[in-house]
Amino acid sequence: MIKEAYSKLMKSLGENRFTFTGELEPVKTTNLHETLEGAKALKGHVVAANVTDNPTAFAYMNALVPCYVIQRDIGLETVYQVTVRDRNRLALVSDLLAASTLGIKNVLALTGDHIVVGDNPQAKPVYDLDSATFVYLLRKMMDEGVDLNGNKIDQPPRFCIGIAANPNADPLEPEILKIERKVKLGAHFVQTQAVYDIELAKKFMESMSYLRVPVLIGVAPFKSIAMMEWMVKFVPGILVPQEIQGRLRQAKERGGKEEVYRENIEIFGKLINEIKKTTSASGIHIMTIGFEWIVPKIIDRSGIRSS
Amino acid sequence: MVGPLIVTEQKPLEEIAGAVGDFDNILIVGCDGCTGVYQVGGQKQAEILGLLLGMERELKHGKNVKTKATSVLRQCDRRIVATSLRPLVDECGAIITLACGAGAQTMAEVFNRKLVVPGVNTKFIGAQDRETGRFYELCSACGDCLLLETGGICPLTRCAKALLNGPCGGQAKGKCEVGGWKKDCAWVLIYDRLKERGRLDLFTKFRLPKDFRELGHPRELER
Repeated sequence: MIKEAYSKLMKSLGENRFTFTGELEPVKTTNLHETLEGAKALKGHVVAANVTDNPTAFAYMNALVPCYVIQRDIGLETVYQVTVRDRNRLALVSDLLAASTLGIKNVLALTGDHIVVGDNPQAKPVYDLDSATFVYLLRKMMDEGVDLNGNKIDQPPRFCIGIAANPNADPLEPEILKIERKVKLGAHFVQTQAVYDIELAKKFMESMSYLRVPVLIGVAPFKSIAMMEWMVKFVPGILVPQEIQGRLRQAKERGGKEEVYRENIEIFGKLINEIKKTTSASGIHIMTIGFEWIVPKIIDRSGIRSS
Repeated sequence: MVGPLIVTEQKPLEEIAGAVGDFDNILIVGCDGCTGVYQVGGQKQAEILGLLLGMERELKHGKNVKTKATSVLRQCDRRIVATSLRPLVDECGAIITLACGAGAQTMAEVFNRKLVVPGVNTKFIGAQDRETGRFYELCSACGDCLLLETGGICPLTRCAKALLNGPCGGQAKGKCEVGGWKKDCAWVLIYDRLKERGRLDLFTKFRLPKDFRELGHPRELER
């Protein structure tokens, strides 16, 4: 693992430092201001920040440009999220070559939420590859310097390859076997969907341990009660325990938005601390779309020094 | 389930009537193949469509239309179509076909001087569940069958993302994010089936990217 520590993120994971990553979401805009402000808030607290690729199939600004500008202007390493939903193997190769040219060092290889849950549900889904064949393509490009059809690449790219996993998955075994497939193909690290229940995190990490791959457990605080309710209602794949729901609702009644933020810091600081204490996770991937300022406070509350 | 067949659904009457236009002598041809078996486009449905068209023309336009209903064994067979329908076609102004797209195109080609209007929408290759009466898509005719290693369940067709190495993160309790968590996740079905058979090795097996040239239109096969 360490010999492939091409990025700061992989270096941190390779040195067994408990590692934090963040997440930024450029939206439907031509203005990068908010994304860059978010990156500034994360800098110094996370090793790298993911930049999302049309999340939940909403057509947003391409992730590559923000990745580049964040690295250049803010000095924060990025993880370029790439889905196979909107690109066939030609488009994937072109975007990856461009990314490497621009100094992007981490790629998160994703399937992508289906187009019908997005903001242009009439569109034609691509899915020429899936997330496993995508990892295979990345390794071909890096290791053999060719594309999927064996065509030679001049100065092949190098990336650290991330994959996604869902610890909430029920049944869990096919999820683990799917990760096994991708780890065997050569994925370097795993970032997970949001986890709210420590027992789930433990069970997931125990099932994963035989694969010996660094895992960053996903933690996603709730910016508002509305966001939490949306998640509970529309994302059945992610389990939010009643206790957390109750505590945040009470906080809202007690003192409005400010109190919800404070309660988030308590809940998620503690959750992160427990994940570090009780599981073999290599770090935490914090997803705080639109309120990145809270990340340093949550990490601080967790009692873990940010890397 | 009855045998896998091409599943069709009748087009709205208005659309059919609009396409037929002012023709007042119409031949409606059912197909006793797939669409007839499912009672969407057989002889009976051809007769009913004739009655409905008659009523529509009279009520909306105060005019009469002469319709004749018939059906053939398979509209996708050029010889059957040409020999059994020629005299009836000669007498009519326009044809409505209740066959699938392949049957309709065979008709349009054989009788290329006549207007041939499709009366059904061709949905997919599938089968009907006798208990629920619903039709399910089961095959995409991808040209390179992989059922032998997926427990007899086609992920290319039954997974919304057509993943060869699933499942994705969009499943919860075996249901798919597409369609509001009501449809089965094909990859969880495959997992269950292969586990039952002690063949999880096939599940974990990595499947290479598909060669989509097999699916490139228009396809031909010589035999």
